[in-house]
Amino acid sequence: MPGSVDYLFSLFGFLFEAAFVVCLIRQKASGRYFALGLYMLSSFVLSIVRYVILLQLGFLSDQYIYFYYYSDAFLTICLFLVLISLFQIVFEDMGIRRHLRVGALLLLGGTAWFSYMVVLRVATDPGLSWKMTTRFVVEMSQNLYFVGVVLTYLLWFATATMRENRSRLIQIVLALGIYFSAFAANYAFRDLYPQFRAIWLYVPPVMGVALPLAWFIAFIHTPEEARLATARVVPAPRHH
Amino acid sequence: MIAALIFVVSAAALLQFFVSYCRSLIAAYGQVELSEQTREVAGIDDHIVYGDDFHRLLQLVGLCPEPGDDRVEIWSVRTYYRLLDALRAAFRPLMPGVSEWAERERISCSYFAAVTLDRRITYNRDLMAQQMSHKA
Repeated sequence: MPGSVDYLFSLFGFLFEAAFVVCLIRQKASGRYFALGLYMLSSFVLSIVRYVILLQLGFLSDQYIYFYYYSDAFLTICLFLVLISLFQIVFEDMGIRRHLRVGALLLLGGTAWFSYMVVLRVATDPGLSWKMTTRFVVEMSQNLYFVGVVLTYLLWFATATMRENRSRLIQIVLALGIYFSAFAANYAFRDLYPQFRAIWLYVPPVMGVALPLAWFIAFIHTPEEARLATARVVPAPRHH
Repeated sequence: MIAALIFVVSAAALLQFFVSYCRSLIAAYGQVELSEQTREVAGIDDHIVYGDDFHRLLQLVGLCPEPGDDRVEIWSVRTYYRLLDALRAAFRPLMPGVSEWAERERISCSYFAAVTLDRRITYNRDLMAQQMSHKA
């Protein structure tokens, strides 16, 4: 059962998601950062539905567990689309929007296929075959987080080499990188050490607050026109 | 084996993203000029901020009523400063170049703390001015 700490994290995550959407609309940036707004709005709505199901049917009900994992997979796909939209913003002058979309779809399809193949191996066990769809959804979420880490790293590398200097965009990309890598590391840690429940159980709620908060801060503290030197942000020690 | 590999890669990426995120915050604050009043309050002479001033400056920040929107940034940079401390101590005898780089970053962290103090002082001054105008 979720405790008071879980509810507190959920509440803060919920509030920052709402604050981010309001901030996006107030700053008239919902067109440019449409995918970010859509993701936060989806997360906000799904959080409400999750909470209603939790209250009515209980934490251990099949409905809650199914809804939790399916909505999580949906949000992971949305976040993947957010990442692609950030690629589009960074490469907007190069006119490769269509190529990015096709590449993203191929990557998403490839990840789904890979996840399906992994699940198929487990499904040969007759006792587990009925859980196949749920396992597929969970497996795909895990794999998408890792694909997200790699893609965010590539995006970050591209921003550094292209001398991208839009402060807000850089902060959004880096916050997303932190989120993806924390989740990917957490899933791997859970597979390695399932007994350390106290550690891996709290990473998702903490990150659920950290991402909307970091994006919210990027929007309220950093104006769209703010610029910084990218070379200052890449952590490479200089040797003399 | 694959899980261990994913964990190592993701944890390394997490560290790098976190460091870069902190540096992006520090870089944004680094563009702000400190006011004369803050320099006086913080005892910053000749426009020089030292790496070791960080904790003292944050203590001063803690004394100012907060505007409530910079706690996450302070937490992030404080964590980054601790990482730099550890890095500096670990690499000083082995690789002085890394230690020097860590020291330069510590100075940037201190400057971040000074600008945070500046923002809070300005915020409180404006708040008092507003209250005074309401009373009048």
